[in-house]
Amino acid sequence: MESPAQIPVLQARGLVKRYGNVTALDGTDFDLLPGEILAVIGDNGAGKSSLIKALSGATIPDEGQIFLDGKQVHFRSPLDARKQGIETVYQDLAVAPALAIADNLFLGRELRRPGVLGSVFRMLDKKRMLTEASSHMQDLKIGIRSMRQAVETLSGGQRQGVAVARSAAFARHVVIMDEPTAALGVKESGMVLDLIRRVREKGLPVILISHNMPHVFEVADRVHIQRLGRRVAVVRPHNFSMSDAVAIMTGAMAGEEVTNN
Amino acid sequence: MSKVITPNQTEAGASDDTRRMLSQAFSVSTLGPLIALLIASAFFAIQSPRFLTGTNLSLVVQQVMVIGTLAIGQTLVILTAGIDLSNGAVMALGTIVMTKFATDYGLNPFAAILAGLIVCALFGALNGTLVTRLGLPPFIVTLGTLNIAFALTHIYSNEQTISDLPAALTFFGNTFKIGETAITYGTILMFVLFFLTWFVLQQTAVGRHIYALGNNPEAARLTGINTRRLLIMVYSVAGLIYGIAGLLLISRTSVGDPQAGQTDNLDSITAVVLGGTSLFGGRGSVLGTLVGALIVGIFRNGLQLMGVKSIFQVLITGVLVILAVSVDQLARRRQK
Repeated sequence: MESPAQIPVLQARGLVKRYGNVTALDGTDFDLLPGEILAVIGDNGAGKSSLIKALSGATIPDEGQIFLDGKQVHFRSPLDARKQGIETVYQDLAVAPALAIADNLFLGRELRRPGVLGSVFRMLDKKRMLTEASSHMQDLKIGIRSMRQAVETLSGGQRQGVAVARSAAFARHVVIMDEPTAALGVKESGMVLDLIRRVREKGLPVILISHNMPHVFEVADRVHIQRLGRRVAVVRPHNFSMSDAVAIMTGAMAGEEVTNN
Repeated sequence: MSKVITPNQTEAGASDDTRRMLSQAFSVSTLGPLIALLIASAFFAIQSPRFLTGTNLSLVVQQVMVIGTLAIGQTLVILTAGIDLSNGAVMALGTIVMTKFATDYGLNPFAAILAGLIVCALFGALNGTLVTRLGLPPFIVTLGTLNIAFALTHIYSNEQTISDLPAALTFFGNTFKIGETAITYGTILMFVLFFLTWFVLQQTAVGRHIYALGNNPEAARLTGINTRRLLIMVYSVAGLIYGIAGLLLISRTSVGDPQAGQTDNLDSITAVVLGGTSLFGGRGSVLGTLVGALIVGIFRNGLQLMGVKSIFQVLITGVLVILAVSVDQLARRRQK
């Protein structure tokens, strides 16, 4: 993982995003390496969410380039990014609570029956969706027995599990998770952190946006610190203290001196 | 490291199983209304020997045919967390277009029917466009189009009832016989429409998307569903279905009546609610709506056979609606 020749899976150079007089991104860079969990932290207004929106196609940056596997890409919508294999788990849990787990996993990507039943009558292949949903959930060791269960019957952590499983099932390059533990209790947060590790074990790099420093330092391989619209430091949690990271984040400590670790 | 995620594992066993059973019972959300329908039928069968005859039951279905068909469109709209107050008025406009085009302009009756259907579908599209593009609440949009369609109907018809219609316009009023029982083609058309709508809602991706849209529009949008297009489509299809309801109305009355359908919007909502579909969207079933429409029809018919005055039938319908929604709410609270 330390080899310097690694090509970043997702890379950004000099991203600028302005909203009227406000400069949300001021020429920020970004690098996500293969197979890592990269946390993005920063104070409110540091440009965290603008950065993530640019990387997931939710906004179009005014300047700068984004590269996926070394090739430049231009995302005009989240759908564009998704087609390129970048999946996002949204903070407010983008699930339909009354629908079954299997329906949620395949929402917008339903499988149709083979032959005339599927092509002419547009019939769903419910059986295949149920079995595939169940295998995706088992991949992440989420122990739910019936994929027919409505999502609203699940606990908060299990619901997050459904959202993560959906992203992990369809992502080919990157999974982005926006504050996945924000709404959860201690025990359930622990489960979601385990889930994030399992996504990495599947070989998918993860971008984790979080306010929760202990969570970030528990799972991240590297931490990208954003401040005033720029990347001010990238640190490794195992040789860096949480309080120093917070100091960089708030500007109490300069970032440049620790960037090349 | 590799803990398996099963929260509440200790208390899981029993409560999980009952939970699952409850949620499965609700996936067959027609069950409650169906039981109510059977109990009511049994009650009226005991009260009146004429109730359970084929002729009488065929009559009940004919009586609910128009409201039932309108309620199919209403169900689609309500599933998206909308509501359509304009459906009766749009239907009335459709009937006037069909009958006037076929008589006054001497147009081929099939072309006249097509014109009426198109007008209704366009009104639906207008509703959908106003809801999605201007972001107005469906209640307000359809309250507006209710008045517009109502006024157009009266202006265009000049308050005149249109009669002496060509046979093709009343085709669905014709009957065929099964044994002693005469059944109209119109009732068959209604059942076919219910089946088709059920099929689309339950067996196709579009159906899943409609439920998701009503359940959590933001989630539907984020999974890449074009929610605006879907909503406009739902309102347009609902409009088309109101047009078909109009055709069925013509076949029953043999005239184009500008006064028709004035309370049908509320009656169709009654059928949807009695059928167990949630007014908050995303939950329910079109088969429930069929049962809901039949419940209204059976109560009216049964009470009539018992000699109860018609105003009391209305009173009982009101009580039924409140009862149905309370039972639904209670069951849902227990589920949580």
